[in-house]
Amino acid sequence: MSPSSTTAPAWQEAVFKVLKQGGVRQIAYVPDAGHSHAIRSAIADPDIEDIVLTTEEEGVALVCGAWLGGQRAVLLMQSSGVGNCVNMFSLLQAADFPFFTLVTMRGEYAEFNPWQGPMGKATQAALELMGIHVLRVSHPDEAEEIISAGFDAAFEAGEKVAVLLGQNLIGRKKWERN
Amino acid sequence: MTQATPRRANRREFVARLLAGVPDALVITGLGSATYDVFAAQDRDHNYYLWGAMGGAAPMGLGLALAQPDRPVVVITGDGEHLMGIGSLATIGAKQPKNLTVVILDNGHFGETGMQRSHSSLGTDLVAVAKGFGIADAFTVDTLAGCDDVVHRIQARAGVAYAQIFIEADEPPRALPPRDGPFIKNRFRVALGLQPF
Repeated sequence: MSPSSTTAPAWQEAVFKVLKQGGVRQIAYVPDAGHSHAIRSAIADPDIEDIVLTTEEEGVALVCGAWLGGQRAVLLMQSSGVGNCVNMFSLLQAADFPFFTLVTMRGEYAEFNPWQGPMGKATQAALELMGIHVLRVSHPDEAEEIISAGFDAAFEAGEKVAVLLGQNLIGRKKWERN
Repeated sequence: MTQATPRRANRREFVARLLAGVPDALVITGLGSATYDVFAAQDRDHNYYLWGAMGGAAPMGLGLALAQPDRPVVVITGDGEHLMGIGSLATIGAKQPKNLTVVILDNGHFGETGMQRSHSSLGTDLVAVAKGFGIADAFTVDTLAGCDDVVHRIQARAGVAYAQIFIEADEPPRALPPRDGPFIKNRFRVALGLQPF
């Protein structure tokens, strides 16, 4: 496999840079193309456990277990996965766990697939209803600063933070296979 | 449909014997009766009692096991809590944490909500499910004495293990641990020598 650092967009490299420099030891995910660099990098990093999930709420419980054991862990998911997590978010409030998730957005900008619309448009409100602070990245040049700010709020102040990676940041999905 | 097995252990006796055999194990309990059983047996700083987050006990145990590879980690939960998060067994099967043992107290019913029958007494074979998810060391126990096999696995930390314990569908007296999530979280972390942020 060729080094991903030569092919990934800079904002995707910023994601993994923040996680790595922040001492993250576990990266749990349900895959998305927008997270592909961070996932590849986690798999390649001997100091980071990569954990592929069957559904996103597993990741909410898993990162709390990691914190209980003294490690920083984060959850990567797509906006549809936020809906899968709603009751499990109770764990964050009930036990006051730090929480950091990066959410790639669908259903909000140049969306081709109508099935992504309902959850994509409800993602931010669903997070906020469950007490999670929401930040958003829309431009590549602000990615590192905003992701880093959310990360520090989670692990330095114990907050529960989601950073939404906007669909305009990620770019239009290519539907044609050549 | 009749029960899958005629022999069943007493849940409180089983859990008490299990915990007595694994004094250093870090324990996560699933909401409902499993939480009460563990507290009734022995309240320890390194027990984490869930009172909600149904389906979360096993993945929480996975995160803890990966973070603490030198300590045995045990998830003790019921069949209903476990079934809600059954996909997490596939996640555990993919990671194969050597220090994690998942113990299912299976009475075939949802004990907390009025003893409605659960899938594990309506056709689901949990050991077959665990094996199908890649957990080769999956087995059933239906006696108190069988507890020692589970203790051995936990202490050995030689591979992820899955124990389905057939227990009686009775309702022992309530034994309620603290519901204060931050307290039990912080107590647990202090027991591991971890500092506040």
